[in-house]
Formats: sequence, C-alpha cells, structure tokens
Amino acid sequence: MKVSLKWLEQYVDIDLSPAELADKLTMAGTEAKGWQVIGGNWEGIVVGQILAINPHPNADRLKLPIVDLGTEQQTVVCGAPNLKVGDKVAFARVGARLIDGHSGQIVQLEAANIRGVASNGMVCSERELGISDYHQDIMVLAAEAKVGTPLADFMGDVIFDLDVTPNRPDCLSVIGIAREVAALTGQKVRLPDISYDETGAPIEEQISIDITAPDLCPRYSASLITGVKIAPSPHWLQQRLLAGGMRPINNVVDVTNFVMLEYGEPLHAFDYNRVRGRKIIVRRAEEGEVLVTLDGAKRPLSPDMLVIADAERAVAVAGVMGGADSEMTGRTTAIVLEAANFNPPSIYHTGYTLGLPSEARMRFERGISPELTVPALRRATRLIIELADGKAAKGIVDVYPGKQEPEPILLSTGEVKRLLGVDFSLGQIKTALASLGFDCQEAKSASEVKAIAPYWRSDIGLAEDLVEEVARVIGYDRIPVTMPGGEVPRQNPAPIIGFKQEVRRDLAGYGFYEVITYSLTSLDLMNKLLPQPHPLEPEPLRVVRPMSTEQEYLRPSLRANLLAALEANRRHEEGGIRLFELGRVYQRRPNDLPDEPEMLCGLLAGPRFDESWHGGDEPVDFFDAKGVVEGLLHHLGVEADFKPADDESLNPAKQAAIVVGGKKLGVVGELHHKVIETFDLSEKACLFEINLTEILPFTLEHKLFQPISRFPAVVRDIALVVGLSVTHRQVMDVMTGFPLVTRVALFDLYTGGKLPADKKSLAYRITFQSSTKTLTDEAANKVQQKIIDKLSKELGATLRG
Amino acid sequence: MEMIKQLKELKSSALKELGAVSQAKDLEAWRVRYLGKKSQLTSILRGLAKLPIEERRQVGALSNQIKTGLEESLEQKARLLKQAKLASAGEEGIDITLPGRHFPTGRLHPLTQTVTEICDIFVSMGFQVVEGPEVEWDYYNFEALNITRHHPARDSMATLWVDAETEKGERNMLLRTHTTAVDTRVMEQMPPPIRVVMPGKVYRYEASDVTHVPMFHQIDGLAVDKNITMADLKGTLYEFARRFFGEDRKVRFRCDYFPFVEPGVEMAIECLVCGGTGCRLCGNSGWIEVLGAGMTHPRVLERSGIDPREYTSFAFGMGIDRLPMLRYGIDDIRLLYGSDLRFLRQF
Repeated sequence: MKVSLKWLEQYVDIDLSPAELADKLTMAGTEAKGWQVIGGNWEGIVVGQILAINPHPNADRLKLPIVDLGTEQQTVVCGAPNLKVGDKVAFARVGARLIDGHSGQIVQLEAANIRGVASNGMVCSERELGISDYHQDIMVLAAEAKVGTPLADFMGDVIFDLDVTPNRPDCLSVIGIAREVAALTGQKVRLPDISYDETGAPIEEQISIDITAPDLCPRYSASLITGVKIAPSPHWLQQRLLAGGMRPINNVVDVTNFVMLEYGEPLHAFDYNRVRGRKIIVRRAEEGEVLVTLDGAKRPLSPDMLVIADAERAVAVAGVMGGADSEMTGRTTAIVLEAANFNPPSIYHTGYTLGLPSEARMRFERGISPELTVPALRRATRLIIELADGKAAKGIVDVYPGKQEPEPILLSTGEVKRLLGVDFSLGQIKTALASLGFDCQEAKSASEVKAIAPYWRSDIGLAEDLVEEVARVIGYDRIPVTMPGGEVPRQNPAPIIGFKQEVRRDLAGYGFYEVITYSLTSLDLMNKLLPQPHPLEPEPLRVVRPMSTEQEYLRPSLRANLLAALEANRRHEEGGIRLFELGRVYQRRPNDLPDEPEMLCGLLAGPRFDESWHGGDEPVDFFDAKGVVEGLLHHLGVEADFKPADDESLNPAKQAAIVVGGKKLGVVGELHHKVIETFDLSEKACLFEINLTEILPFTLEHKLFQPISRFPAVVRDIALVVGLSVTHRQVMDVMTGFPLVTRVALFDLYTGGKLPADKKSLAYRITFQSSTKTLTDEAANKVQQKIIDKLSKELGATLRG
Repeated sequence: MEMIKQLKELKSSALKELGAVSQAKDLEAWRVRYLGKKSQLTSILRGLAKLPIEERRQVGALSNQIKTGLEESLEQKARLLKQAKLASAGEEGIDITLPGRHFPTGRLHPLTQTVTEICDIFVSMGFQVVEGPEVEWDYYNFEALNITRHHPARDSMATLWVDAETEKGERNMLLRTHTTAVDTRVMEQMPPPIRVVMPGKVYRYEASDVTHVPMFHQIDGLAVDKNITMADLKGTLYEFARRFFGEDRKVRFRCDYFPFVEPGVEMAIECLVCGGTGCRLCGNSGWIEVLGAGMTHPRVLERSGIDPREYTSFAFGMGIDRLPMLRYGIDDIRLLYGSDLRFLRQF
C-alpha cells in the first residue's frame, strides 16, 4: 500500500523524518519497505504554461509548443498528443535529471535538435518525473499551479511503500495508517467532515434495497445523488489517486477510489437510470447466470457467489467487480452509491474462482468492519456533491442484518506478564490501548481492564490480541531477554536423525560429495532408468497442477536425479566423480499420506584414483561400489549378505542385492549399458542404494567388547583350486566355521594359465589364534587339515600344487 | 710453546676438513679423527700431566676450548647437512614438493552443514530435533494453524497439491509449505514441557529464479511449558543469533503477523554486507529478516490438546537456504540444488 506523506498529514500531525516514521511503523507491525521522495530530484523543473502550439516544419507527429515560464519563454519539440494551449505543464530545463521514458534510466536533459528544430527543454510526462509509469501524454497540472514555481514546491511529496499484514485491513487506508501514527507518536487523529445537505427527495421513494443472503452480506448502505455532472477530477484528487497507485478516471469514480484509499471501504457507483425497477437485491447468483463485468469479460456465475442485482438481472459481482451494463458513463446524471460489507470467505472464493484480483476484493476478503460503510458512504457523497454538483437524496438506505455488539475483552496485568514476561502497570496498558482507540472500562479487579476494540479493528477478539497491541505500542524492545526456565524436557530424539548424519559423514569420508536435488521430477527422467520404457509400477505420486513436466512427480527413487547430476558434472569434470544423496522418496499408500522412507543413493564414475605421477587411472567397477557399501555397513554394525539381483537399471551380470535380516534393503551394481546411453554417459558407472529407514533396526546398538588374545597367532596361506561355480562365500562359510580361525582373507584370485578352463584358484591367508594358550604348529596344522578336508568334501576343492 | 702452535694448527685443519664434509655419513669419520679416543687432541689432553705446571695450564685451557669449539662445529654442521638433505632431492632425499598420493575427498552439502550447525545450537539449549512428513494433510499445514480455507495467508504460500484422493474423493494432501506443519503433530504426541526444532524440506508453487526455487529448507522451533514468555523467546533467539551470526551482530525484534502466533514477531539481523547503513542486499533498510516467531496462538494450542490457560508456548520458523547464501555470498539460490561439483567443493 502506497501512502502519501502529504495526505497523511491531513489527518495527523507528523514531526518525524521519513526515516523515523518508517522505523516507527515497521517496528509496530506495518513494514515500510521504502519511501520515495517525489520531487527530491526535480531540480530545474518548473511550472510552465503553454502559450501557443506551432506545427513542426519537418514532422507531422511533432509539435512546437511555446511554454511560458514566467521570466522567459521556451520553444520545445514535443510529440505528446494531449498538448493544449493554456494548460499548465511541468517544464524541465536543460540540465534537469529525468527518467528516460523508454529505458527507465535517469538521464540528464541536454539541448537537442529534433528534425531540424532546436529544443531547449522538455514538457514532461508522469513517467519522466517518476510519478507513475504513464507515458502516453504529458502531465497536465492543475490550473492553480503558479507559472514559474519549482515543481517540487507545487507537488513534492514522500510516498511510503507499506507492507500491510493480512490481519489489518484497516491499515489498507490512509486514515488507518494515520491512526497507527497517532498511537505511536502520541498524537490525535483528525477525521474529515462527512456532513452534507440532503436537498433531494427522500431516498426510500427512489430506491429500495433487499438482502436475501444476509449470511454473505452483513450490511448494505447506499446513498443516491441526482444531477451529477461527470467531469475530470480536480488536480488535488488526481494527485492523491496517483500517489496511491490508481489512475484518475472521472470525478465520481475518482471519489469512490479516493474514499476507498482514505477509509479502506470499497465503494461502487451504479448509474441510477440503468438500475431497473429502482431496486437493488443482494442475492446469490442463479444457476447458469452470466454477467459481463466492467472489463468486458463474460463471467459465468454460480449459486455460491453473491451478486448485486436489480429487479431483472445481476449488475455486479458483489465486492469483486461491477457489471458493464450498469456502469457509469459520461452521460450519467444520477448515481446510486454503494458501501457494503461482504463475507470474506465468499469474496475470496468468488474472486479466486473468477480469477479477479482487485483493490476491493483485497479489502473485503481480509474482513473490514461493517461499521465502516456509513462514514465512508457519507464522505463520498459529500465529495461527489462538492465535485460533481449533484443533489443528495434525503437520508441513506442502511440494511444491516449482521450487526454485532462489540464484546468487551478482559485483560489483566497478570496475563500481560504471563505472555510477555514483563510487568506493565495497568496504567501503561490502558494508555497503550486508549491510544489505539480502545474503550477502556473499569473491571471488577484493580488489576484488570475491560477493553472494547474500536469498530475498525475487526482483527481483535482475544486477550492475546490485546497483549500484542500493548506490546507493540510500548515497544517490543521493552520486553526483557531471558532464557526459558523450568526443567529441560527429556530428550528422546528419533534414532534415524543421528543415523542419517552418521551415514552422511561416512560417505563424505569415502570421498563422496553430497548433493540435494528436487524431490519433484519428470516422467522422462525416470524413464531413462529403464532399458525399455514401460509404465512405472506403482505409479509415482503426482502434483495436481505442476509448474512444469520437469517437476511433476514425487520421486520414487533418488537415482534419476543423481544420474542427471553425474551427466551434468561430466560436461566440465574429468577424473573420478563420487556423489551421494540422502533423502526421502515417496510411495503411495491407500487412503493415507505416502510412505517417506529415507534413502541413500551413491554413484561412482571415472577412475578409482585420479591419474597422477603415481600412475593409476583404472576405472571403478562393481567392487569399488561394493567396498563402499561394505565399509559403511561394517561401520554401522550391520551384517549384510550380497545376493543375486535383477534390478533393471543395472548390468544383469554385475549387481547384487543387499540383504539384511532376510530382507532386500538395497542394491549395488554397475549401470546397465542402456542406462549409460540414455543418460549420455560415455563410461562405466556404479551405483548403490540403501533403504536407511529399514536398515536402521539392524544396526548394532550394543557393541560387545571382545577380549584381545595375549597369545601369538599362527598365519597360514593356502591356495585352493575349485570349480568356477564355487563362490568365495561358500569357501568362507566353511573356513570360518572352525574353531581357532580368527581371520580369513582372500589375497589372490586366479583363472586361466595352467588351470583347467572350468577351474579357478583362490588363495587365502588364515589366522589361527587361541584366547587361552600359545598355539603349536601341530595344533594349527590339525585345524588346517580339517579345513582342507571339509573344503574338498563339500566344494570339491583341491590344494594348488 | 710448540704445543700451542700444534693445537692451533690442529684446530684450523679440523675446521677446514669439516667445512669440506658434504654428507652426514662422513661426519663420523671426522669425529673419530679429531675428537675420538685416538685423536691427537685426546692424546694431548691425556699427556697434560707430564707437562710442566705453567705449560700444563695454558695447553690444558686451550685444548679444552678447542675441544668444545670442535664439538659445537660438528653439531652445527650435522644440523646444516640434515636441513640440506631435507630440502634437496638428492640421491637419498625426495622432492617433497611433489603432489601426494591423492585420496578422494568428499564434503557435506552446505545446507546439511547449516542445518547441523543450527540444530546443534538449539540442542545445546535443551531442544530436541524432530522431523515430520513432507507430504502433509491440509489440516496440519493450514487448518490447525488458523489458516482456514479462505485465509489470505494461503495466497502467500502457493501450494502444490498431491493427486492422491481420500475415500471420500477429496484432495487434501499437499507438499508442506512450511515446517510449522510439524508443530501440531509434536504437540499431539508429546506432553509438555516441549522444546523441539523441526528442520526439513518445504515446497511452493514458484518459478525458479535467483531468489526462488520450488523446494527449499526451513527449520521451525517450538517450546511449550507453564511459564514460557516472549522474553524467553527473545532470549532463545538472541542466543541463536549470537552463536550463528556472531557476537557483535545486532538483532531486531519487531511486531509482525502470522496466523498461528499472537503476539507475532519478526527477527532481523543487521545487514551482513553494509552493517546497517543500507545496501542492495537489505533493500536499504540496514536489516535482513531472518525469521518469524511469536507466542503460539491459543487456538493452535487448544486444537493440539494443550490448555492455553495452563501452558504458554513460543514458536519460530526460519528459512535455511538464505543463511549459507548470506554467509558465503552465494548470489543464486539455484546453485544449492544444482549438484555442481565446482560449487560443492567450495564448502
């Protein structure tokens, strides 16, 4: 909301600088985002008057106005269509700083020669002066402007840009802001005179008003003015509207807008002679009813919308926009002026459905007070009589089915202390409330006050609301700084929180960079994970009205985004890339919120070690990824099996399911070559994925200390020859099943050479150790022989010669 | 005085020879020759007793002086050679300026680092970290927080709705627009006293640009107890600001409106760029808004089963993404979600 300082000063005395005023308002809840000094940079711009307009010798579109500046006359070249002899204009001398109408940049005006004619200055538009964006016409000043006076003296101002919070529709008005300023500076508000002579016929004889939907229209007030002459508004009124960011139209419409900005009550003027049956009915729209609104659009209406109708048809969408058919025209001579109050949710719904934002809608849907209608109506009626001649009918119509008596709210000093943590005296509390227009009455107890909110404060309903009023008037900086007392609550953080952190730190330690990608993804990207595109099962959750197809689905896995990240990084990264993401994926559940398991996905690509003078640029493979998974799980205390898997995105021959507690909780493998292609990667890459939520219960919570043996170990190497189908795991299971075997490590795997084609050689280093005695060679030999025997019997293993 | 002359010659030849030694392994031979048991100097010292008393004193003093001098020189030379060896890539040494064998290094995302830092600060003040669902019911995200279906506050939080329908065919599932959605869940589940912080991802229907992305991070905080006051809120947040933004960073509390608190607060810190004089970053105000807060609205407490006459509560919520942006001078929020290693390596 834009508020002019000059306008504000009509209602309240202000002796603060713009910066001080902005600060006061900001601290008390209405943020001043900034202010603009109008005329602060108008040096060299003066009021001029057009004496004559000569044609340009070389251009039809250009004219040569002669401008009287009091002490001198200047001829300039000007292309504006609205030049008129006798008009007062803003004249910029050479050297003045103006905003370029096209580029928006500030430029210094230079003497120019335009199509062969010298131009020593400029007649300015509003845009060039920084008043508005309007650049079609030059700005015409009020006739009372004195030729030769600096423009800044005539119409300089400070315009504050205020951010009014949604609970304060009363502050969407200059008087509302004046009330705030008054309360914060200890001043009184001066309200305008709203009396006028009622010289016309009684209003009841000329129009009737009926509300058939009182739930949606708590109040409807109207006046009637006949004999109006539609004309442009006077300068002062136009200036106020411009300062408030609105365009002047004509005297009557301008008054309704002016009073809306002044009081915060939207008004609407109907052409009385176009209101059929001399009747206004406030009703729900009928099924299938259509209204052409002011903007010329045909609006289909529905029974949940409120309309203003005459005896025959709807003439306006209540509180949102007027109808074209009852609109005022230049020939209008009589008007019905409406000041009403409408149900906020209904206005919100209607405006939202019709896609119509408006100044009126914004005020109604925030819940302005119904008490506002009459003062605003009287103010507007008075101004219309004054500015458009006109005769006001005797009396007004005021239908008020929703009248509510204001409820007093009890507030005690104890309650203030309970919420704010500070002792304010009852006197301080009363003074603060009274400054805001609250009626403070005696309560039963000496530490309490009964406060009745002023009618414009529709946001006040609870003692807590009063506490905020007291706090913000006295100042939030008067509230002390303490720490919460009382006992510190017991902490039982969910284990997953620390667990995630541990996993992240491990991965970073293994050389992985953490990425965070959008949870919303596209069907296209997900399809890239499949060698053959087919419908995703189960169907991922979708956003109803996505911003784009790029962000349409809630990711069912982290893979696609991570691969896209790898692809993007490959455009500028050589060498090894290791990425991981830890985050949630989303899985549909019937009639409930989706499941959101915490997933970990990691990706390795490029060489295992960066190529360097130490050598080595071998690419990563399955076992690098598996090594990371093994390291991580070992650290977390999870025992996992690696079993054959059939993940579509992975190389069928080089992948394994990570099985924990009999459940498949993850997968590790090299990417399927088709996936490598679809992601435009020209290299082998490895991926692992683990469901952290499900693996968490399998982590070791209680680690048990194993005594360290004091006795020396015996280490033996054996090389076995086994069939190709025998797995390392099978051999390990046999060896580790024997007593005294404390460690077994595979140190060589060999095929080919002298070995038969269906055999392979596995070499193991076995550590034997007892916790009770020094092992003799014989004892170790005995176990070793037993191992070899069992391997031979069960797996057909022989010792390599 | 033949002896004296001999000693002086001995000294000069020893020092000359020491000067010529270029490798540490040759030092021992030198030591044996000049300071060893069979060295000339040792035998002179041994033979002192045979000298006349006058000569004995002179020769003795000089011999001892030369001995200590040579010992010092040896030590010094040894040190020099050691240093030279370390610095050179000679036949035994290595060029220590060659790059080392590189272990891949990784980093945590700057947002993860920031969330951890914030949580740690609040945990140290007795708060507990709690997480809630990202796909949320309309009720927890809006209704329970006094944001009714037609509340203007909904306009400022453009919502992404999810296509899942309930049995009744209603669509009331959304991507949470703020982590405040977790407040009610916490209060329904935990009995007071409560002190929690709730970090997480939030979503808005917003086109991406340098300051907007459709998904970002927030953290909310909530304290419920019998005597929680706005002064406590101030104390808690001041302490957070002191530790996160630094001891000297000025903090401002002003009145603001959020439907779920009353009274409402906005906290700002002195601009990190201009220090309060006004610049582009702070919109010339000198202040940067950091978070919204207030005393939890009595209706919100009531709805969560907490009696607002018995308990009071404060709540706060802040955007996280801006914090690393401010701290590191990141000028485009999209970088946080771009997975670009050239960006991630910097933190």
